[in-house]
Parts: sequence; C-alpha cells; structure tokens
Amino acid sequence: MKNFFKRFYLAIILIFLYVPILVLIVQSFNAGRSRAKWEGFSLRWYGELFTDTRILNALYVTVSIALLAMVISTVLGTLAAIGIHAMKKRPQAFMMTLTNLPNTMPDIVTGISLMLLFLFTKVSRGYWTMLLAHITFDVPYVILSVLPKLKQMNKHTYEAALDLGATPTYALTRVLIPQCKSGIITGAMLAFTLSLDDFTISYFTTTPLVQNLSTLIYSAARRGIEPTLNALSALMFVSLLLLLLIVNRRTAEKT
Amino acid sequence: MIRNLTLPWWAWILMGLCLCGFVALVVITVRRNRGMKRSLFAAPYTLWMILFTVLPVLLIAYYAFTDANGAFTLDNFRNFWDSNYESNKVILEVMGEDGAAYVTRGTVNVDTLVYSLWMAFQCTLICLILGYPAALFMADRHMKLGSTLVVLFIIPMWMNFLLRTIAWMSLLEDSGLINSFLKALGFNGVQLMYNSGAVLLGMVYNFLPFMVFPIYTVLNKMDYRLSEAAADLGCNGWQTLYKVTMPLSVPGVISGITMVFMPSVTTFFIPRVLGGGNTMMFGDLIESKFLTEGNWNVGSALSLIMMVLILISLSILRKADPNGEGGGIA
Repeated sequence: MKNFFKRFYLAIILIFLYVPILVLIVQSFNAGRSRAKWEGFSLRWYGELFTDTRILNALYVTVSIALLAMVISTVLGTLAAIGIHAMKKRPQAFMMTLTNLPNTMPDIVTGISLMLLFLFTKVSRGYWTMLLAHITFDVPYVILSVLPKLKQMNKHTYEAALDLGATPTYALTRVLIPQCKSGIITGAMLAFTLSLDDFTISYFTTTPLVQNLSTLIYSAARRGIEPTLNALSALMFVSLLLLLLIVNRRTAEKT
Repeated sequence: MIRNLTLPWWAWILMGLCLCGFVALVVITVRRNRGMKRSLFAAPYTLWMILFTVLPVLLIAYYAFTDANGAFTLDNFRNFWDSNYESNKVILEVMGEDGAAYVTRGTVNVDTLVYSLWMAFQCTLICLILGYPAALFMADRHMKLGSTLVVLFIIPMWMNFLLRTIAWMSLLEDSGLINSFLKALGFNGVQLMYNSGAVLLGMVYNFLPFMVFPIYTVLNKMDYRLSEAAADLGCNGWQTLYKVTMPLSVPGVISGITMVFMPSVTTFFIPRVLGGGNTMMFGDLIESKFLTEGNWNVGSALSLIMMVLILISLSILRKADPNGEGGGIA
C-alpha cells in the first residue's frame, strides 16, 4: 500500500512533466493548422519541414554551435581542471570563485553583459558571438564535473608515472585523462544539452539574421507556432531518446 | 556568416595573442619539459573568463553608474526607485516650487521587483513541496527506481523549453483541451490563461527538476543505515523522516532552492507567453529597457540591482550549507 502510494505520486509528477510533450507530438500529426482542433492524421508538417529553409538553417546553427561549444569547452575545461587541481591553495580558491561566478549570475545578466561587450567593442553579433557565449557558459560546468574526479584520484599516481619514466605528456594522456574520463564525458554531455536548450543567452548574443531554434521559436511565438516546428522538435526528441536507449543497451552489454 | 564578422584591430590582436598563448602551451607540453607547471594548463581558461565574464560584468557596472554621455551619475538608481524621475526633474525645473504638487513617484520598477520576488518565492515553495517527496521516494532503496527515474526527469528537458511552455497554451487557453473537456462535461469554461496562476504553473513546470535532482543526490548518498538505526531506536516513520532524513538533506534543499529561485526571478519568456503581457516580471523589465527603450544605463542599473540581490540571498543560503555539499545536476 505504502509503495503503491509512492509510485502513484511519482507517476503523477511524471505525467505533469510529460503532458505538454505528448500534446506537442500529437499536434505535429494534426492535418490542420489549429492548436485546438483535430482535423485528422497527416504527415504534412514533417514533409514541409524539409523544404523550410528558415527552420533547417536554425537547426544547423543550433546543432553546430552545440557540437563546437561542446568540443571547445571540454578541451578548455579539462585542461583548466587539471591546472586548477595542481594549484596551491590561494590561486585555487580564486579560480573556484571565478568558476562559480557564472553560476551565481542569472542567465539574463550573462546574456546582457555579453551583449554589452559586443556592442561596446563594435563586434557585430551573429554566429560566432553566439558560439563564444555558449562556450563561456559551458566551460564552468565541464570544470565542475572533472574536478571531483581529479580529487578522488590518488595524487601520487601521476608522480609515480613520472618516476617510472613517463614523459609529462605521456602521463597526462595515459594516466590523468583516463582517470577522469567519466567526468569529462558527463561535462561534455552537460555542455551539449545546455547549449542545445539555451534561449536567454542566445537571444542577447545574436541578431534576427542568425537564429537558432530557440530564438526562432521565440520570434514565431507571437504569430503562433507553425506546426513544422512541432514536427521538428518531435523528431529531435525521438532521436535523442533512441540515442539514449542505444547507449544504455551498449553500456548494459559491457557490464 | 563568417563574412559578417567585423572586428576592431585590437580585438584581432587580442585573439591572436590568446591563440599564440594556447599554441605555446601545447608546444611546451609536447616538448616533454619535465619542469613545466601543470597549473599553467588553466591559463587559457583564466584568460577566457576574464575576457568574457569579468569584463562584461564590469561593463554593466560602468553603464549603471554613468549617464548617456559617460559621466558619473546615480540617476539610474534613482530611476529605479522612481520611474518618473526624469519627467519629475523637468517639472520641478520649469515650475519651481509650484511643481511639487504635480510630482508623483512612479512605482512600476519597484512594484515589478516585488512582484517577481513574490512569484519566485511561491514557485520555489511549490517546487519544494512537490519535489521533496518525489526525491524522497526516488531515493527509496526498496523501490529500486532511482537511476531510471533520474533519466525520466531529464528527458523532458530535451524538448525545447519554449515549445514545452507554448504547449501549455494549448491546454490552458479558452478553446484549449482542459476547457473543451469541462464544457463537454457540462461545466462552464474557466479563464486559465493570462494570469499569475498560469505563469506560476509554467515556472513550476520548468524548474521542478532543478529542485528534485539536488535533493535526490544528497538523499541517495546518505547512509541508509542511519534511518535503520533510528527505527531500531524506536522512531516511527514520521519521526525518522523529521529527525534524521530531513536534517541530513538540508544541503540538497538549499542547492535546490538556489537553482529554482534564481531562474524564476529572472525568467522573461514564461510570463510573456502564459501571462500574455498582464504579468510583467523583472526579467521582462530589464529586457525591455535594453531592447525596446534602448536605455542601457537604466537597464544596467536594474541588472546590477538584481545581481546584488541574488548574491545577498546566495550568501545567506551558503551560511546554512557552509561546506557546499549540495550536489548540482551532475
């Protein structure tokens, strides 16, 4: 009885979280344009999706920025974590404050401060400024996922590798990085997800000429969302879900 | 897109320097210099953060304390307290003493801030009330559901959050699913959209996982033998929860409160969609100061006020969790 109640409660919460997603997916199969009226099943919006250059462009911007930001911030963040870990107490505390600073700033302030920087330095906002902004908010998350792994590691392992004749490069790539691999992967995944889903910071660091999916949806929201956008997000959602299932199956096989 | 990039000369030099520094670093590493300090690995990151986090924040502070001509002034903060400040100044200048009768304080900025704080407070409270039991049940060892449920809580976040919020419109609007359902049952329709309630719902919907994760992380790490010991020593279920589990989960709760409260004070998309412009929040106000009115100085002052408020509340919360044990999302 007690367990039933717990499951029931969790189910209710999950239904609350999934209802809008279900609504979106159902709407993407609606033949009509209306949000409220069901006018029959159709794949019309999925077909139109591949001819809509605005949406395809936005998709390209979103995915390429998420991938680039993920790679660059993972490299930058992993190096930084190794560096911070090797520091003495004082500079380490300073670096941690610097790393936690973006977390204590609301998104809108981060976005606006970067916008001011670009306007002040007369850099025209667009693809590259958005990428820069995304790297900036991603790196701290990578550091915060890699650092705990480094702290767990026996600190003499690296020195032992050096004593046994490994060059610092060799010790770095064969000892340090493999030890914190899981942290690096978590950080990279986090960076990718955050970048994919970001709206506020992108909104301030780009112009309507270069849009990612979030800013495109925002500008379309006033006129009413085109069902093609629903179709696209349903597709993205399902493909990410499949990816997750495949990865899960793989890791389950390994263990 | 690449062709759109026009930079001033010194930005190129700066970027060049960063690149050189980075390459030099890699070269030094590759040359297998045994004496090389590993702490230098953090150099590119430090440079990056100073350029793109510290400098921009200083810019906000600069604009907040200067007027349109770049001269030092506190008028932007007076403008926050009294949104009619500029017009009142003109009235007093023109009419002298007589003008005092016509001067009224514009309270819109302060009111919006208070309203946002109130909304964020309600949102955090609801998330805590809904999220704590969820985290508690997820961490229940006998249910063996933990990790699966974490994934189930994360998956919705892969759907663009703007679209998910907009999807609530189709449920809540006058011709939406809930109202159609009510009408089919013979009830009258209810106005669900375009009020504070709808905004609150949207906020709770979007930020609930940020409350559940940190609490779950802490509860999951907790030694389950402690609650078993409490039970052995005669506590009933409620007493164990109240005297053992809850005090131990404080770091997670603190971390959750931070992660929900901060984005909910500053959200500007949710009130715009679900509140339909009837419910202006502080994020809205800042955005419109910058992008609609083009008044960077007042906008920066408002941003600065918000940052300071958040820093103060964070430092108060930190007092309750001095070791920062409350885990994040990861």
